[in-house]
Amino acid sequence: ILTSLNRQAVLVDMEEGVVSEILQGPLREVFDSTQLLTDVSGSGNNWAVGHMTYGSTYRELIVDKLRKAAEHCDCLQCFFLIHSMGGGTGSGLGTRVLRLLEDEFPDVRRIVASMYPSAEDDVITSPYNSVLAMKELTEHADCVLPVENQSLMDIVNKIKLLSHAPKPGLMVKRDSTLASGQGGLCGAEKPFDAMNNIVANLLLNITSSARFEGSLNMDLNEISTNLVPFPRLHYLVPSLTPLYTLADVNVPSRRLDQMFSDAFSKDHQLIRADPKHSLYLACALMLRGNVQVSDLRRNIERLRSSLPFVSWNQEGWKTGLCSVPPVGHSHSLLALANNTCVKLTFTELRKRFTKLYRKKAHLHHYLHVEGMEEDVFSEAISSLSSLIEEYHHLDATKARLVPDAPRLNIAR
Amino acid sequence: MSVVTVQLGQCGNQVGQELFDVLCSDAQEGQRKSYRAASCERFFHQTAHGELEARAVLVDMEPKVINHSLAKAARSGRWRYGETSHFSQKQGAGNNWANGYCVLGPRHREAVEELVRREVERCDRLAGLMPIMSVAGGTGSGVGTYTTQCLRDIYPTSFILNHLTWPYGTGEVIVQNYNSVLTLAHLYQLSDSILVHENDTVHRVCGQLLNIKQISFGDVNRVIAHQLGGVLQPALTPDSHGAHSRNPLGELVAALACHPEYKLLSVCSVPQMPSSSIAYSTFSWPGLLRPLRQMLISNAKMEEGQFSIDWQVRPPAESGRSKCLPGSGVNTSLANLLVLRGKDVYSAETGGFEEPSIYTPWLSPDEAFTVWKSPVPFDKYEKSATLVSNSQALLRSLDDIVRKAWNMFASRAYIHQYAKFGISEEDFLDSFTHLEQVVSSYSQL
Repeated sequence: ILTSLNRQAVLVDMEEGVVSEILQGPLREVFDSTQLLTDVSGSGNNWAVGHMTYGSTYRELIVDKLRKAAEHCDCLQCFFLIHSMGGGTGSGLGTRVLRLLEDEFPDVRRIVASMYPSAEDDVITSPYNSVLAMKELTEHADCVLPVENQSLMDIVNKIKLLSHAPKPGLMVKRDSTLASGQGGLCGAEKPFDAMNNIVANLLLNITSSARFEGSLNMDLNEISTNLVPFPRLHYLVPSLTPLYTLADVNVPSRRLDQMFSDAFSKDHQLIRADPKHSLYLACALMLRGNVQVSDLRRNIERLRSSLPFVSWNQEGWKTGLCSVPPVGHSHSLLALANNTCVKLTFTELRKRFTKLYRKKAHLHHYLHVEGMEEDVFSEAISSLSSLIEEYHHLDATKARLVPDAPRLNIAR
Repeated sequence: MSVVTVQLGQCGNQVGQELFDVLCSDAQEGQRKSYRAASCERFFHQTAHGELEARAVLVDMEPKVINHSLAKAARSGRWRYGETSHFSQKQGAGNNWANGYCVLGPRHREAVEELVRREVERCDRLAGLMPIMSVAGGTGSGVGTYTTQCLRDIYPTSFILNHLTWPYGTGEVIVQNYNSVLTLAHLYQLSDSILVHENDTVHRVCGQLLNIKQISFGDVNRVIAHQLGGVLQPALTPDSHGAHSRNPLGELVAALACHPEYKLLSVCSVPQMPSSSIAYSTFSWPGLLRPLRQMLISNAKMEEGQFSIDWQVRPPAESGRSKCLPGSGVNTSLANLLVLRGKDVYSAETGGFEEPSIYTPWLSPDEAFTVWKSPVPFDKYEKSATLVSNSQALLRSLDDIVRKAWNMFASRAYIHQYAKFGISEEDFLDSFTHLEQVVSSYSQL
């Protein structure tokens, strides 16, 4: 059955291990060799190696594979780029691919799901890689969904707690229907599988309204139109409810209204941030399952007073209703918030970058790479700083009571 | 005389399907053969096998909604859409009016025009065209406006009545106010009349009057369809000389939109009640018309979620007329059209709608007020009345839309999204200017 599903995907890695595993796993028939690009030695956690060295070497091959994949599509709506920021390949080569997508397919939107390293990340150079990648994301992506490993870990732990808690009526099924491996919670689960599954759910939910029917459809281009008021401010905080992962955890389903409240709770966000105490520029609510417009209206009314929106977008809600819920659930909600709270995430990142850069730590590894200069670093940090400044500027309007703009005077 | 409907975007295609459903079931229930024949002629084409095909063209930039509407119609067993009367693409307009109007509309112009041409040619005589769309999204609003422009070019002497659904005030789409402003400003120059339903208002009908607990868009669309049906089904008009009017759109426009600065029409129906209650209710014409009149002059909007009629509002004495935005309570009308359907319709007293004090002074009530009647009960109601008003009823909402859009424009938020597809700041300013003119005109009534 799986052979009829040919994924429109291109898999790129500069070492073979991960891709090989996928090709030996249960999804092996979904991908074919023309969709893959691998090398052997990896990028050594070095953005410059990924972006410049491999970027040049494989430029044509990548473009070729992308074109072939695009040709298979009836109608190419958008590109999803999934990568991490902290390493070398995902971060460096990934952002090079982002540029290629913009050059080769300028009219097709680019949505990027980026894994941001936490402060405790074990890759020492992750701040360098992340900041270098940030400039590319700011300039060449249409939308970025930042995800933090720490948040994913917290969520996974919370789910484990919920499913192990001796609550009456709580059942944990041993056999998983959604698994990428055998066994449920206690099975041979790789450490990142559960976390990755959450990101997978994020992508599933984002595309649900484009794939299934609903009374108020919301396709991917609408996300960009509604959530990006200014081109560079396109970082959207994702939060998901209900939370679930590989195993079929029969948590008693929350009341519908509770689901809305959960979506705005820090526990459900995929990055560590505090949107309620910052400023919302825009917010999207994508609902799946038996949710009707009155449920939506009631909850927006209920929540809006506690959520600060920027003065020119007081009703900045974009909503979608998809009839088909995720497998095993009666309804779900994905919220995407364009909120100035990301300023703090970026400020943290800049701090970690500066700590290393001040001492020129590990810099030579980068500067040795052909095509790489110190300018690239200074431009990257400068781009990040001005991005932070833009968010800060908007934040400053929060306390002020902004009057209505004076209307046009019509001559009688 | 037949009406060709063009359903545009998700809203247009969902509302349109409900509308044809109401029209068909109402027509087929009608005991009067002439009513049934007139209704079917007006909205349906009869195939060689006696099947009813809606005189409609379905247009959308993505396929799911059209497929759903086609299937739903076919399932009814009573009517369907023409098999080839639809046009769709694979990806939507992204809620972007500029994308709809500047790119997708022109790109698919020929295909859409061809479909409309085919429907028009199937009509013995064309009563007019009715594009149905929302103003909040990208396809209905953008492609819908462009399509209306094309239809105006191709059929310069035909009546074009646009039906618009205005979104909930607290966001369905973040850029809905931009899309609304651009749509309304352009349509004002193209359309003969613009018939408006507001989601907020219809939502309250569903909740307060129909007692629906979990209101869905389907419920909202069915109310819109019912109210529209009450206007569009055959009726005897002052000009129709004892037969069903053969020029419904023309007569509607003549009755209500006599001045190019005043084209916005609102709709209100009585009674509206859960179908389970209908059997237990008795209706009298005064019992229906008195509250309807009061709703008109007090502009019964809901405060605090309560659909209540403010009986304290009285039209001003001749000398006390003041010109300002409603909030002073009195809704001044330019013109009104009352459509009465059902039992004892000829004995209905409509004098309350003819008082000069509820109209602007520069039209006599004679010219300002029109009644259409049909002795056939409509959509299960023994007696029903639909009021189509050209009045200040929509003014507050319109002003809100312009105000919010202007605030957003002042900070230039989202403007780059429109510039990308060819709508500049200049274009925005033109549309704002035009709508401020409309707001001003209605305020001065």
